[in-house]
Amino acid sequence: MTTTQRLRPRATQEGIVLLMALLLFAGFTVTLDGFLSAANLLNIVRSVSVLGVLAAGMAIVVIGRGIDLSMISIMVVTVAIQLQVMHGGWSTGAAMALAVAIALGLGAMNGYMVAYAGVSALFATLASGAFIFGFVRSQILRQDSITLPDDATTLLALGSARVLGLPLDVLAFAFVVVLGWAALRWTRQGRFLYLMGDNFQAARTTGIPVRPLIVVSFMASAVLAWAAGLTSAISLQSVNTRIVNSTLLYDVILVVVIGGIGLSGGKGGMRNVVVGAFLIGVLLNGMTILNLPNIHQNLIRSVILLAAIILDGQLNPRDEQTSQQGDI
Amino acid sequence: MTLAERLTRLRYNRVPDHLLGEILAKNWTDNLVPFAFLIVVVATFGTLLPGFFSTASVIDTTRQLGEFLIVVIGLTVVIIGGGIDLSVGSIFALSAFSTLMTIYVGGASPGVALAAALGSGALFGAFNGFLVGYLRLRAFLTTLVTLIIGRSLYDILITTWGTRLQSSPIFNDSFDAIGMNSVAGLPISAWIAVAFTILAHLMMSRSRMGWHFTAVGGARRSAYNVGIDVRRAVFLTYVISGVSSGLAGYLFAARLSGVGPGTGWGLELSALTAAVVGGNSLGGGRGSIPKGLMGALAVLLTTNGLIRMGAGTGTSQMVVGLMLAAAIILDVRWLKNRHKVLSEVYVAPLHHAMQPAVSAQPGSGTSYALNDALASAEPIALGTVEGPEDVILDADDNLYAGTRHGEIVRWFAPDYTRSEVFSHIGGFPLGLAMDRAGQIVTCVGAMGLYGVSKAGEVTELATETRRSLLSVVDDARLRDPNDCDIGPDGRIWFTDSTTRYDAHDWALDSIESRPTGRLLVHDPKTGKTRTVLKKLRYANGVCLSHDGQSLLIAESWACTVHRYWIAGPKEGQLETVIRDMPGYPDNINRASDGTYWMAWLGMRTPSFDLALRHPAMRRRMTRNLPQDEWLFPNINTGGVVKFDDTGRIIATMGDLGGAAHPMVTSIREHKGWLYIGGILNNRIGRIRLPGADPDWTSWESYWGARP
Repeated sequence: MTTTQRLRPRATQEGIVLLMALLLFAGFTVTLDGFLSAANLLNIVRSVSVLGVLAAGMAIVVIGRGIDLSMISIMVVTVAIQLQVMHGGWSTGAAMALAVAIALGLGAMNGYMVAYAGVSALFATLASGAFIFGFVRSQILRQDSITLPDDATTLLALGSARVLGLPLDVLAFAFVVVLGWAALRWTRQGRFLYLMGDNFQAARTTGIPVRPLIVVSFMASAVLAWAAGLTSAISLQSVNTRIVNSTLLYDVILVVVIGGIGLSGGKGGMRNVVVGAFLIGVLLNGMTILNLPNIHQNLIRSVILLAAIILDGQLNPRDEQTSQQGDI
Repeated sequence: MTLAERLTRLRYNRVPDHLLGEILAKNWTDNLVPFAFLIVVVATFGTLLPGFFSTASVIDTTRQLGEFLIVVIGLTVVIIGGGIDLSVGSIFALSAFSTLMTIYVGGASPGVALAAALGSGALFGAFNGFLVGYLRLRAFLTTLVTLIIGRSLYDILITTWGTRLQSSPIFNDSFDAIGMNSVAGLPISAWIAVAFTILAHLMMSRSRMGWHFTAVGGARRSAYNVGIDVRRAVFLTYVISGVSSGLAGYLFAARLSGVGPGTGWGLELSALTAAVVGGNSLGGGRGSIPKGLMGALAVLLTTNGLIRMGAGTGTSQMVVGLMLAAAIILDVRWLKNRHKVLSEVYVAPLHHAMQPAVSAQPGSGTSYALNDALASAEPIALGTVEGPEDVILDADDNLYAGTRHGEIVRWFAPDYTRSEVFSHIGGFPLGLAMDRAGQIVTCVGAMGLYGVSKAGEVTELATETRRSLLSVVDDARLRDPNDCDIGPDGRIWFTDSTTRYDAHDWALDSIESRPTGRLLVHDPKTGKTRTVLKKLRYANGVCLSHDGQSLLIAESWACTVHRYWIAGPKEGQLETVIRDMPGYPDNINRASDGTYWMAWLGMRTPSFDLALRHPAMRRRMTRNLPQDEWLFPNINTGGVVKFDDTGRIIATMGDLGGAAHPMVTSIREHKGWLYIGGILNNRIGRIRLPGADPDWTSWESYWGARP
């Protein structure tokens, strides 16, 4: 870092977003009744917990210069299969093991296509997302919505459990963030992931096992997708496969991009996920209190996402030296 | 020849193995897999579904196909330009909505509605194009977001105006007719789609704009460097895609006279799949409108077929996802390995039995016996010239030679220590000749025949000839122009060594030993170029005889010199002057005593002669061994041969140590000196010719004697 850069701290995207979130927070506090109540604040965190877990998984892939568009499909599919086999008489543990195994398998499949077949992550996961959902919905599942079985007492109990007054989904988000932070910060694979995302060719030349690392990052995002799905299923008592067609995926990308994890890879971390989730949480909550219809909320969120991508493009311009031909 | 060898000869010389490689090298082979897939799709559903080909069913399909095809074509243009447009579904829905609004709320005519649809499509496309082209955002994510923006906008609009649209009292017959009527058996929308497809194909394949798109998609930086406005080109591809989706939305609105919440939903996935299944490469530069057409047909027939077979929720999504993944993986693997496959199958050696040659062993006493005369040649430009394939001198004794760097360099008489770049050509100048006016004519490797005036200005003379009727490889192009000479009437005779390999792959051509070399003639008066002789094994040196009645042609891999009559009673006849030489001949030039000088680029070896009779072994060799270990002509020893009009060998010179002139590709006699060039050498050599006329120059003796 040169001296001039140190003297004049750059306005990082993370800082800007945090500032925006705080301003929004302050604005809603002043203008909206009941915004600052403890119950509402918990609501804000709860509303973005599942999103946050998904965003943590997405962040891992994005840091390694990938993207996983199949996360929602994997989330829906693994949890739906888990609940369906539990209806069929499987024990909770066995069903959970099956779901995790499927998630790992699907993640490995994505990773294989990206790392070994050489398909760009965008297209590989776009295709696999459509295929995975289409296959499971048409061949395995019998209905759109599957409830938590009544005899799954452990899961039902988890849904109403509180630790320090915090519900399960908030705890799950916190746990994932801490775990992800530790993994990215303290493990060798975590450090390698940053190097790979920053300069893939250099990482490869250095002898870092880039291909297995890509596979592992997609497996991690798939497992986190399952975890997010399970958390959501526990608190909602059911899973609705139709959320595949919702804008949830874009919200996940929104959290990641707006938090400041550059899509060109190698930048950011779990802190950015928290910041991004915080802004989105405040925004969603405020819009809900303002009673904006859902379709207007979608428009606002997508415009914000576009603004975030434009900002990302300006702050992290694509490097013509390390980006490859056909990297779209 | 034994029976086994006869059978080998039959097998390798009669079966056209070389065609496989030539076909695979064609760009249109990319279409074969998508085409085969389309056939499989049609055959499968044609068999599984009764009535799949009935008129009603086909018409129904073409109605949908028209809309879908137009969207796919717009997307194809974007993909060829190196981008992607995922917002096509939203543009489609918004345009359909604006069409209906114009007709059923605004009460306007279908023409105005069309303008509204195209306008909203173009506007949305321009928005995408601005973001991706001018702000240089990543196309995939940006259009993914504009997809959502468009979709939310549409949802808001349809919620607000949906009831008014449905309860509109307006009926517009001419608008309904566009959606319902048929002309000559095909729905109007299908006709529009056909016209649109043809127009798009012409645009992409024949117009400057289309070529710019392909260039930008193929190599963005190179496109920028050659002066293409890259950002504008990218911008325009998105506008075209927006207009296409707008047109499709208009046709959709005309067909159904209504829109619902699901209009255009998921269109981007099937359109993208169609474009890729058709064989358009993601990442740009490789693709075409016909590929988009094939992909659109395959995907639409598949999804329609599945629906009619009663497949449940999610099935078509599954199949489309599978097709997309498979097509992309196939495309990526094919792009990556295409050149490997090609190099595996391209070389197709022939059986070629060389006849025993007279020995060239030093001291063997034959006329070909090499001596060490060239070893003592006086070097010119030692270490400063690279690859003087041919040398020539002008009336003021200045020396010219082409170099590997794409220049013709001039060394000044009398000592040739000073030099200048006489002319920059850009390709490797090989054979040189000087015409009556003193202008240099040169064969430039991989480019063609060029003229260089006394001032150093370059003009293109010939870069193509008439294409053969049945040649798979494009033999209109001059792939390896090698040597030239000028007839008394000014016509330029030149050779094109091979049609199958580039100049630097000459070793592969020798290993293959397939006669594809040609003799051509260019007439500066008419500007026309004509192929005169074909099927020469590496046509190389060419030289007019002293009387200007015939020309001598060296056929390198056959170790033969031919005479071709261009005037007199034998005009048009070819006869062989020297056969079965112990060396591979290169350029030929006139000598002062009425005879000819010939360069030998290398010497025959018993091992390679034997290899030429074993084509299977040579094929295995090129496939399985690294290039360093191939057997090919020995170029460590060459030589200079003097012969007369009857083909009698008068003298042979060599460089046995190989330090000065191992490989000789040209010789030029000038005022009692013999100048020696070599395509891989680092010098031009000259030796004094004892007893030669000290005033004789090739130009003076040839042109000076002719009025």
